[in-house]
Amino acid sequence: MADNNVILSGKNVTRIFGYGKKKVTAVNNVDFEIRKGEIVSIVGESGSGKTTLARIILGLLKQTSGELLFDGKQRKMNSYKDRLNYWKNVQAIFQDPFSSFNQFHKIERVLRDCVKLSGLSLTEAETVSRMREAFDFVNLKYEELYNKYPFELSGGQMQRVMISRIFMLKPNILIADEPTSMIDVCSRATILDMLMKLRDEINMTIVFITHDVGLSYYLSDKIFIMEKGKIVERGNAEDIISNPKHPYTIQLLDDVPKLHEAWNLG
Amino acid sequence: MYYVNVLLKSHKFVIGAFVLVSIVLLAILYPFINTADPKDLVAMAFEPPREGLILGTDNFGRDVFLQLAHGTRTSIFVGLLAGIVATSIGLVLGLISGYIGGLIDDVITTFTNMFIVIPSFIILIVISVSLDVRSATLVSLIIGFTTWPWTARAVRAQTASLRNREHVNIAKISGYTTPRIIVSEILPYMASYVVMAFVLQIAAGILAEAGISMLGLGPHDTISLGVLMQWALLYEAPATGAWWAFVPAALFIAAISFSLNYMNSGMDEIFNPKIRGN
Amino acid sequence: MNNKHIMVVENLQTHYRTRLKEHVYAVDGVSFELEEGKVLGIAGESGCGKSTLALSLMAFYFPPLHFKEGSILIDGVDVMKLPYEKLRTQVLGEKIAYIPQAAMNALNPTKRIIRFIEDIFHEHRPKMSKIQVYQMVSERFKSLNLPPRVLEAFPNELSGGMKQRTVIAISTLMNPTILIADEPTSALDVTSQKVVMSMLKKLMEKGYVKSMIFITHELPLLVHIADDIMVMYAGEIVERGKSKDVIFDPVHPYSKALMNAIIVPEKDMKNQKLSAIPGAPPNLKQVLRGCRFIDRCKYRNDICFSINVDKISEIRHSSRTYRCIFDIDTLQEMYKKESQSDGR
Repeated sequence: MADNNVILSGKNVTRIFGYGKKKVTAVNNVDFEIRKGEIVSIVGESGSGKTTLARIILGLLKQTSGELLFDGKQRKMNSYKDRLNYWKNVQAIFQDPFSSFNQFHKIERVLRDCVKLSGLSLTEAETVSRMREAFDFVNLKYEELYNKYPFELSGGQMQRVMISRIFMLKPNILIADEPTSMIDVCSRATILDMLMKLRDEINMTIVFITHDVGLSYYLSDKIFIMEKGKIVERGNAEDIISNPKHPYTIQLLDDVPKLHEAWNLG
Repeated sequence: MYYVNVLLKSHKFVIGAFVLVSIVLLAILYPFINTADPKDLVAMAFEPPREGLILGTDNFGRDVFLQLAHGTRTSIFVGLLAGIVATSIGLVLGLISGYIGGLIDDVITTFTNMFIVIPSFIILIVISVSLDVRSATLVSLIIGFTTWPWTARAVRAQTASLRNREHVNIAKISGYTTPRIIVSEILPYMASYVVMAFVLQIAAGILAEAGISMLGLGPHDTISLGVLMQWALLYEAPATGAWWAFVPAALFIAAISFSLNYMNSGMDEIFNPKIRGN
Repeated sequence: MNNKHIMVVENLQTHYRTRLKEHVYAVDGVSFELEEGKVLGIAGESGCGKSTLALSLMAFYFPPLHFKEGSILIDGVDVMKLPYEKLRTQVLGEKIAYIPQAAMNALNPTKRIIRFIEDIFHEHRPKMSKIQVYQMVSERFKSLNLPPRVLEAFPNELSGGMKQRTVIAISTLMNPTILIADEPTSALDVTSQKVVMSMLKKLMEKGYVKSMIFITHELPLLVHIADDIMVMYAGEIVERGKSKDVIFDPVHPYSKALMNAIIVPEKDMKNQKLSAIPGAPPNLKQVLRGCRFIDRCKYRNDICFSINVDKISEIRHSSRTYRCIFDIDTLQEMYKKESQSDGR
């Protein structure tokens, strides 16, 4: 009974690092389903395996066993062409905006590379107009920034350029790996709003990796809670927050300070 | 150009460069002033320095100062060529093993370790002995092919740490091929490091040549600083008290080596973020 | 009923001198009082000067950090006027203890915890024998819910949260009057965070420290531990008041924006409109005049631009202080209008 809306799914995905006594099972037999247009958060503390799972979904890391299905079909990543095809559909934003740019090149290079990846041959004028459109989407002025170097921009601006890159590529799925954890609290909302705009305007599916359960609640439709390599609870964001079932989820919510509820510091 | 300006602020770099450039200029320009053949006999054997003979004569009666200039030329040439060969090999092997990892890394590392374990000097001696004719070029190549492991290991370590940067991942998911990633995302971040490695390899090359020549296994029919030292020892210049026949050569070897290392130290202060923090 | 003022800071100004001889005015005229038995929270984002303020309060001035002017009175004594030896032996560790952000890195990886502690006691209480030290320390650890096995362990055998708690416990062994904690939980997992917060609360309850200054950018933490909160922006204090007032009813536009950017996993949080402020804080390398928040403030008007003063003065309104030219009723009217139009 296939669910036609499922764009990405995993069955028995496992990833082991090392061998013998030092063996670490970062991702332990994980099953998941993500539907088109959903914002799904994978929430876990450090060591939970969420980053490893994200890298596997992204195709940067190979799983030890298990399979991943994209659009119902088994995902192939063997040849360069296979990978290229996959990355036309699945893209990412990373945690550290400073490390995401090559400091030796102007920031427009990041956007020009998008045109190459899409395989389109555009004139210079067409390329510039697309870049301008992408910058507009993230409220940045193309004329002011296109020929600046990364160190001349702030962290928030760099992260917005990364979002404009996603806007240009228009992938089906965006893996956002803690995109706001290195951004000032006051600039966070901008990034989050833009991500939601991407989903609203182009029906982009977003997989949001975070350790902040409050953030996941604010942003997403569904939440997967990960502990020690396993998804211990999954469901609608609203349900998980108001009615957590798994003891780890209960403890996780308990450990987070709230505004209006008391915090038992005993 | 920005980098040159910054380097000029480092005292160590400037001092080292000054010493090096002075020696190199002397070696290049003096033979134009004195166009005689350094192998010509000009006076009696072991004549002390006097007017017209700045450093006197060697055991055959040849002009020591002229020999010093020619010898320095050869030594620096050997150092440069050996440095280029060693750095190139080390760079390529280090980049490949550091970036790709896995089995290729294991193979290259084992290969590198083999070279490290056997003292390069011994290999140098063995190869030199088995060859009948040794030119300066050949000696440079031999030195280059035996001293690359140090650079390979250093480059590998740097590459392995650089490949975890997010812009490398962004390049991957943007469809960059592996060679392109190595050249555009990894190499530029190592540029200063590679330059420093190159400088040290030159110094190592010059010292290696001096050592091998002193043993009599240096280039044939060529004057180099090491060969000068060898002649001095063979023909008992120290015993005769003719210090001018070997002390200047030794001093030049030391000075070139020192200046290169000092320049490297200056560059390290500028480029190494860990030291810069203070 | 006014509690005793344990620390009084008056017009503190400290700056950094960079290699290129530029000055960064990180703390630019900060004044406040710390009452006995209270926890003062300092809220602000990165670059506002709060960590510099923490170092400055300890009179810990080493290049590139320089003291310009102001006074820091601890129990009535101006610590800036004390000679360095007296400062080192009688104030640091005794009157003030300081916990930097990744304090767990202070532990020497080659020494067992107890040896590390013995070294400290050798400096501060040379008359105590090793047995006395061990006894005192294990009792203290037990009362703070730290297992005594920690004493025999090496730092790398302990988890991040455990290390942080150990360092906090060690820093407060001499029962300092004031504890300054600079982002004590930022480098920790959520679970470890809660345990560290419990410990800090216990330190106050048991009277091991008399007062605390808690510095963080994570505002929800302050709700549960701080009695009063100071909001810092661009080297100045822009608002000060009781904890609940500042968080739920902020006056200064920057405080309001900060509070509006809080995200917690509480019901109804999903429907809230998160706010963001455009731009970035001003460059502290220059001497700033007038309102420092003006470039990013959405409530500003012509009067704000035409004011010609060095510093916007603080307005005092019952137990609250804030630095703005508008009076509190005007501001709260503006906020009310805004939230009504947002449909909240």
